[in-house]
Amino acid sequence: MTRVLNAFNHPATLLVLLGLAIGFPFVAGNEYQVYVMALAFVWAIAVYGLNIITGYCGQLNLAHGGFFAIGAYAVAILTADHGWNFWAAFAMAGVFGALFGLIVGAVSLRLKEHYFAIFTLCVGFIIYMLLDKWEALTHGPLGIISIAPPDGFGVVDFTQTRPFYYLVLGCLCAAVFFTRRLSNSLLGRTFRAIRISDDLAQSLGINLMRNKILAFVISTVYAALAGGLYSGVVRFIGPDIGNFMHTFDMIAYLLVGGIGTLMGPVIGTLIITWLTQAVQSLEEYRMIVFGPLLVVLVIFFPKGIAGSFQAWRARRNATARVSNETGRTPPSQADTSETAQPSATTSASAPTGHGTRGHSNA
Amino acid sequence: MLEINGLTKQYGGLTAVDNVTTSFERGAINAIIGPNGAGKTTFFNLVAGAARPTAGEIRFEGNDIAGMAPDAIARAGIARTFQTTMLFEESSVLDNLIIGHRLRTGSRLWDVLLHTPRHRRAEAACRDKAAEVLDFVGLSAIGDRMIADTSQEERKRIAFALALATEPKIVLLDEPAGGVNPGETDGLVALIHKMVKHDITVCLIEHKMDMIMSIADRIVVLDHGAKIADGPPNEIRNDPAVIEAYLGAEHAEA
Amino acid sequence: MDALLQQLLNGLTLGSIYGLVALGLTLVYGILHVPNFAHGALYMIGAYVAYYVAGELGASYWLAMIAAAIIVAALAVACERLVFHPLRHAPPIHDKIAAIGLLLFFEAVVQMYWGADFRRLEAPSSSIFYFAGLTLPAQRVLIIVAAFALMGALHLYLKKTLAGSTIIAMAQNREGAFLVGINANRVAMMTFAISGALAAVASTLFAPINLVYPAMGHLVLLKAFVIIILGGMGSIPGAIVGGLIIGFAEALGGFYISGDYKDIIAFALLVAILSIKPTGLFSQGVR
Repeated sequence: MTRVLNAFNHPATLLVLLGLAIGFPFVAGNEYQVYVMALAFVWAIAVYGLNIITGYCGQLNLAHGGFFAIGAYAVAILTADHGWNFWAAFAMAGVFGALFGLIVGAVSLRLKEHYFAIFTLCVGFIIYMLLDKWEALTHGPLGIISIAPPDGFGVVDFTQTRPFYYLVLGCLCAAVFFTRRLSNSLLGRTFRAIRISDDLAQSLGINLMRNKILAFVISTVYAALAGGLYSGVVRFIGPDIGNFMHTFDMIAYLLVGGIGTLMGPVIGTLIITWLTQAVQSLEEYRMIVFGPLLVVLVIFFPKGIAGSFQAWRARRNATARVSNETGRTPPSQADTSETAQPSATTSASAPTGHGTRGHSNA
Repeated sequence: MLEINGLTKQYGGLTAVDNVTTSFERGAINAIIGPNGAGKTTFFNLVAGAARPTAGEIRFEGNDIAGMAPDAIARAGIARTFQTTMLFEESSVLDNLIIGHRLRTGSRLWDVLLHTPRHRRAEAACRDKAAEVLDFVGLSAIGDRMIADTSQEERKRIAFALALATEPKIVLLDEPAGGVNPGETDGLVALIHKMVKHDITVCLIEHKMDMIMSIADRIVVLDHGAKIADGPPNEIRNDPAVIEAYLGAEHAEA
Repeated sequence: MDALLQQLLNGLTLGSIYGLVALGLTLVYGILHVPNFAHGALYMIGAYVAYYVAGELGASYWLAMIAAAIIVAALAVACERLVFHPLRHAPPIHDKIAAIGLLLFFEAVVQMYWGADFRRLEAPSSSIFYFAGLTLPAQRVLIIVAAFALMGALHLYLKKTLAGSTIIAMAQNREGAFLVGINANRVAMMTFAISGALAAVASTLFAPINLVYPAMGHLVLLKAFVIIILGGMGSIPGAIVGGLIIGFAEALGGFYISGDYKDIIAFALLVAILSIKPTGLFSQGVR
């Protein structure tokens, strides 16, 4: 039963989506569309990070764009100013993401709800200010040009759009894969227990700080690595990448797709990216549409696309189940003990149903 | 097994729990009663570590646990339920219980990402435990049901199950029969007796006097944060201080 | 010595503005427990309304200020009715996200209409007073006087009038307020109206010194948040004292340490304080 309601997370669905993504460059009208798609994938990876701390763990991190910027600048500075190779710089971006995540998390996660959101908003702003003002390191408002592209392997040349597209796609798949593992695991359940209630989680023996910091650091590593890829594809960055608009963009992607769901980040990112592309004039004033969209979503559709779909399937299944139950009264003991002890085959898909809900109204 | 000595909690100038000394015996059903605002829930919070005592000690199996973090206290073997338990509304009953046993397992981030045997064992242990406690509280039949579709009484049982999944030596139940009708209350009483039979000490806060008087082995009465009586039900029933406290409270409210 | 006094005066000016903005933010937080991220946008819109009325319609500065206060108050009430009221029982991150949505929307609308250019709102008087070696531009004097007059008026309103005391009652005890029959909807609307008007007046006062542009609310909003965290979320005296602390810290820090990084001072202070005391400086452990 759980298998049905996890249509979005089922390996078969994921493989179909992957197939579509692999085929995309061949059906795309031009290179530009492939480039747009690659950029959307980069953002989606960062949104996966946001999903872990905000969607699963319930802490609204408003510095997420700042960590993206840290990753982007790490790659930019190391390759352009210090002559590092892209891959080494990319790895360092992840290390910086983890390091800064650890430091910021250790302070900010002691704060609850509003305090945490406001604090991280300020952290995001400090990061932006430093990028803008610390000219010796970041070149200030001029930004950094001549960022090294990812080094190719043999005939694969990542300065060309298609190979880069597949590189980013590979990274996105890794992000989805790890998120899926996490979501299905006891760790994912731990994060969600914290989202429901700090008190409940602690009463179950969960160490709040350790787990929140873990979720936070995982999310900042995602963001920083995505930022690193961004530098590799755009190859020019300025302090504007640290503007908190980018954090808000990512929140919009996450909400549209479905907060706390496995496929929500990629669905939301792709939909909004292509909608924005479809209405070119929207780019600059996209917030006239996004702003009210965010408001309408949280009021009327807080689960987003993936979340609403899953809730609908879950409800339909539950109704079917109840009518089944009433059909054969009383439920036999043998039947229940079978469901209570999950076999190896169902354990892969069973827990995802748990993990991929949007915010319940509890 | 739980000895409390001079336990005090002050918020600003307000004393919520005032120098309470008592002890709870292994294998007994202990009840804490008192008028509204007597400090019962604060008392639980202190024992469970959700609030830090201003003074006093809490000895659990000989060790002072006062001021320890709630998660450490849970690992030491004290579980609690809340007046209202928040659960994942849209996932199944069984699914909600799996996390309850995590504290007894050890698996780290790398185990999760690499799907090591250790993590698989931990998962299996949690699932088995979830099924076991679900069976214990008599809800095996609805393990697949969405939480949103469960009744108030079923939720109470699920909350018990979640607490039991942590393998506690003592459980603190905050209004276990609150919002549940009299017929269902009997079922919950039977479940509480079953816990005791399985060597789990029970400590509960309840407003339903009939229920308390029938199941408690021992009752501690709090009023304005201070202990005013402590003893078996028939003693408490006739204690003038207790009658005074309850009547006084009623007069004040009227 | 004169330089120090001059900086203290600048700090007082800044602190007055920050205090007004933080007051509105803290009132709304006290009633609804929502950190209203859209408050910075209300501040910005106030300046644009004043700019439009005074600069484009040619009305007087004072009329522009009144118009800004009324329009922004109405806008704030509309936000409460249409957005925050429906979300009052939603999970805690939803109202914050909605507030961010409002912020982005307002900014985009203003930018579409007026563009991203910097605009100047003329001060009602350009005279400059000289006093004991200090330079006192009239607008700075006006800011300080007006801000403290407004704070005094607000204090009287909250303490001496029935309507004001319902706000205090609800901020202190929601359930109790319902029991004694306070109309929660009316109090919420009133609070938003006051907070919007305060923001509009603050920005109209500050605009002649600091220019008018769509992103002008960002820093002010962030600093107002720092202030109310410093002063205790929901505390009225805390907002005023916190505003002055940040104002002085910025003026002195900007002068003696680094002008480039003066905007970071407030946040550095926040980080330092929250690292030591996660519930803020003056919080009393409740909530």
